[in-house]
Amino acid sequence: MSDPVHNAADEKVFAVEESISTLLRVGVTISLIIVVIGLALTFFRDGQGGDLPSRIGETAVFPHTPRDVWTGLLRSDGQSVVVLGLMVLLATPFMRVAISAIAFVRAKDWAFVWITLIVLTLLATSLFIGAEHG
Amino acid sequence: MTPGLFILITFLSSVVAGGLGSLLGVGGGIIVVPVLTLGFGIDIKHAIGASLVSIIATSSGAAAGYVKERMTNLRVGMLLEIGTAAGAIAGAYAAAFINPKYLFLLFGVMLGYSGLSMLKKRRDRSGDVVPNDALADKLRLHGSFYDRSVSQQIDYRVTNVKPALAIMVVAGAASGLLGIGSGILKVPAMDLAMRLPIKVSTATSNFMIGVTGATGAAMYFARGDINPFIAGPVAAGVLIGAVAGSKILGKLKDNRIRVGFVVLLLWGSAQMLWKGVRG
Repeated sequence: MSDPVHNAADEKVFAVEESISTLLRVGVTISLIIVVIGLALTFFRDGQGGDLPSRIGETAVFPHTPRDVWTGLLRSDGQSVVVLGLMVLLATPFMRVAISAIAFVRAKDWAFVWITLIVLTLLATSLFIGAEHG
Repeated sequence: MTPGLFILITFLSSVVAGGLGSLLGVGGGIIVVPVLTLGFGIDIKHAIGASLVSIIATSSGAAAGYVKERMTNLRVGMLLEIGTAAGAIAGAYAAAFINPKYLFLLFGVMLGYSGLSMLKKRRDRSGDVVPNDALADKLRLHGSFYDRSVSQQIDYRVTNVKPALAIMVVAGAASGLLGIGSGILKVPAMDLAMRLPIKVSTATSNFMIGVTGATGAAMYFARGDINPFIAGPVAAGVLIGAVAGSKILGKLKDNRIRVGFVVLLLWGSAQMLWKGVRG
């Protein structure tokens, strides 16, 4: 499969992209398994589902920080397990961009190192802006 | 309705949404948000949060397929993502302050636009000359991939980078505000403006919506606006539906079905607009 447009450095980046994409699939699968476990815990073991209808319409703040999740896990709280699964899912694009940045460094493609770092900064900003507002 | 039943129905609806979306080449958000809000009466902000999470799932889940085929143009995607992510931050931030009825109105307009634009036929532009673009040259955005369907290596040049970036900011804002993947804006930008072959547009868009979705979802998450009992089943359902849809049925080119879907989109648009007007 010849590719006249890209050079050896680009091939290095591509190789990393291939590895990341497999990792992403694994990450998504794991995250959804955790979510399913959390849902099962909530409804079958804890019977916490009882107050769910009131939660759906609520504007309550759901557990959403690592600390919330950790304390919830210590209590074997099903909802915290679901949130953990969602956090793993949320992490997958972050990882993809971060690892791409490293790939561009190894390929010495400095323009794209910068571009990727800007995207990473925007991603990081989104985590913090939301927190301040909440 | 018991909570367990609610979760199950949400999950099954999401599977249908994911399957329908993958059949017709649209993302989950366009179907998921109206179904959750109109069908289940869920707060639109929770619906949007759940939709953004499901978009991450489909993007990360499908990535391998596109990357291995070398259809994803990572350079174009990453560059444009500067615009989309910035837009998504603005959109998600604004969503916290906007009266929900405007979100319904905007969503209705967006659905209407999507429906109408699906009716337009795509002209085959593969023979057209692609104008030069200095930025595209400098950043080496041009690409090449092997198209299995025609057994040919396809080289392509990229152009109109700056206008595309501008469109991407808007697409990102729509994503953060409405919880959609904005494929409906991204594909015209990449396809029409940048002249990417359609398969490359689709693959690159798949990469981008994951990052854009994560940007938006992170903000909803940090605000505590992600309801795990909605986002969880929705993400799982949409992903399973999309995978099943693409494997079992492939992409439907039947015109009647597309027209049926357009009618559905327009009906959905009317419903969302009505909800926005009624308040």
